[in-house]
Amino acid sequence: MTHSLLVRPIAKKEWTFTAVIAVFLIVVMPLMNYAGWISDFTINLWGKYLCYAMLAISVDLLWGYTGLLSLGQALFFTLGGYMMGMYLMRMIGDLGQYHKDMPDFLVFLGWERLPSFWVPFSSFSFAMVMMILVPGIVAYVFGWLAFRSRVRGVYFSILTQALTYGASLMFFRNDMLMGGNNGFTDFRFILGFDIRSPETKRGLFIITAMVLSATYVGLRCLTRSRFGLVQQAVRDSENRVLFSGYSSPNFKLFIFVLSAVIGSIGGALYVPQVGIINPSEMTTDKSLEAVVWVAVGGRGTLIGPIVGAISVNALKSWATRAYPDLWLLILGGMFIIVVLFLPKGIVGVPGMVKDWLKKRKRLSEPDVVTLEEPSKEEAA
Amino acid sequence: MDHPLILNAEGVNKSFAGFKAITDLNFYLAEGELRTVIGPNGAGKTTFLDLITGRTKPDTGTITFGALTELVPLSEHEIVRLGVGRKFQTPTVYTDHTVFENLLLSLEGVRGVWGTLFSRTTSTDIDRIDEILKIINLGSRRTDLAGSLSHGQKQWLEIGMLLAQNSKLLLIDEPAAGMSDDETALTGELLLKLAGKHSIIVIEHDMVFVKQIATGRKVTVLHQGSVLCEGSVDAVQNDPRVIEVYLGRKKAA
Repeated sequence: MTHSLLVRPIAKKEWTFTAVIAVFLIVVMPLMNYAGWISDFTINLWGKYLCYAMLAISVDLLWGYTGLLSLGQALFFTLGGYMMGMYLMRMIGDLGQYHKDMPDFLVFLGWERLPSFWVPFSSFSFAMVMMILVPGIVAYVFGWLAFRSRVRGVYFSILTQALTYGASLMFFRNDMLMGGNNGFTDFRFILGFDIRSPETKRGLFIITAMVLSATYVGLRCLTRSRFGLVQQAVRDSENRVLFSGYSSPNFKLFIFVLSAVIGSIGGALYVPQVGIINPSEMTTDKSLEAVVWVAVGGRGTLIGPIVGAISVNALKSWATRAYPDLWLLILGGMFIIVVLFLPKGIVGVPGMVKDWLKKRKRLSEPDVVTLEEPSKEEAA
Repeated sequence: MDHPLILNAEGVNKSFAGFKAITDLNFYLAEGELRTVIGPNGAGKTTFLDLITGRTKPDTGTITFGALTELVPLSEHEIVRLGVGRKFQTPTVYTDHTVFENLLLSLEGVRGVWGTLFSRTTSTDIDRIDEILKIINLGSRRTDLAGSLSHGQKQWLEIGMLLAQNSKLLLIDEPAAGMSDDETALTGELLLKLAGKHSIIVIEHDMVFVKQIATGRKVTVLHQGSVLCEGSVDAVQNDPRVIEVYLGRKKAA
């Protein structure tokens, strides 16, 4: 324990619990799908939810753990999606409508040859590197500028919102050569597998579940290491952090880049599963939605964003079919309820119930109260 | 005094949008000295601490730490790493961390992103923390969240954090504010215990407290951003200029 990297050790019970959930997602659900107990549609839908969970975790790493409310996290999710999308577009080959070995929209725009920046995206490994580098560099440059100039609080939120809005305007333009407002779609193959086949979808689900589990475990350790303690100290009292000799901008920059990459990987896994990516995914309301998932699930925990992303999106899938006009009202209402009554979100409910039961028990047993009070005064 | 100087501020000026907060300030502190700085509101006490710690930069003048280190061009965390620790007026601790963790983060040593990612808590670290806990009287609260401490205990924890940092110079802004009389007296004892081993600047308003810690030591009175007078507590209290700036505010002719 003394020589562990974790300042706050993690109990064995928790590891077991985490392993059970991970095995359920990675092994049991795909097996149930294989056996026909879970439909292909459902497994694909859950694959999508798990990608959203990656986005939600990346929001919470900033908001819940570092006190930086980023309203532009969807940008990084979408950038990852676009990098994967470029690879998938190249894999269509000459099966497009124009039967040329380049994306249809480029032919439509009058391009005879593939633009040079598109060429290396035929390689999956190149696309994978770009999934990390592109959002990483965008986050690094933006974060470096913002944190050096001490942009904090609501100003940081507004700037991130502006960043993603600006990016979406860029991607909406046809001369960006990224498919304009239609984005990318009609994918055929990924690594030689038919992207629409149930087997591929199951495989993508398994990979997503594995990546999410690994991210969760990694971040669980990170947030309990000394680094994590500094990170949370930045949230609680940045002045003290500075006057303890830490350069808080460097810590914030590291976290900002890390969560951009996590969001991006989520987006890269999302695109082959939904089969489309376009700039509307980048707009600010998508980022805001992710913030709602985190608030509903439970901010400042790692399990909260996962629970929030899955439950809010499951509710959305149902509500947009049952009450399509009411969905935004439901979403907004949920946010208000959580802010007013459940500050710790869904995952905080058991703790709240426990506290409430304790209080009730204390009130019903007056003897306990008189016994406890003197000791309280002593402590003070 | 024979001791070498630990802090040497000369000809320091600072104005904010035309308002002169610090005017031609000269201030010298010997190593191991416990100096109390008093002065009416707006005398520039807190601004002075801001200038030492790099929070704001002077318009003109030099501030030297130890023998040679010029502080003005350095940033806040660099100045801290040299050994200048600051306690804020309102207790500033990490409320969601335990008392132990607060001290752990303050311990001298790793400060970089990569360093903290791979740092392990050694038994030397733990011994040092327990030693500090004893000094600041919080041994029994080791695993409690800092947010659950009383106001006074938070102040002590913050002083403990400066000790963990191994600060040579402690800048302590109104430690007695908001404390009960008992807590104030204990704080005074704590500071007296630390004097000699550390150089300390205390800013304070509470004259009972000032008498406790400054008897036999030098007190500096700041007024309108420069030193009005320096001397023993009694000498300063009876100085007509000090009485004037504290009691009657006659317009300067």
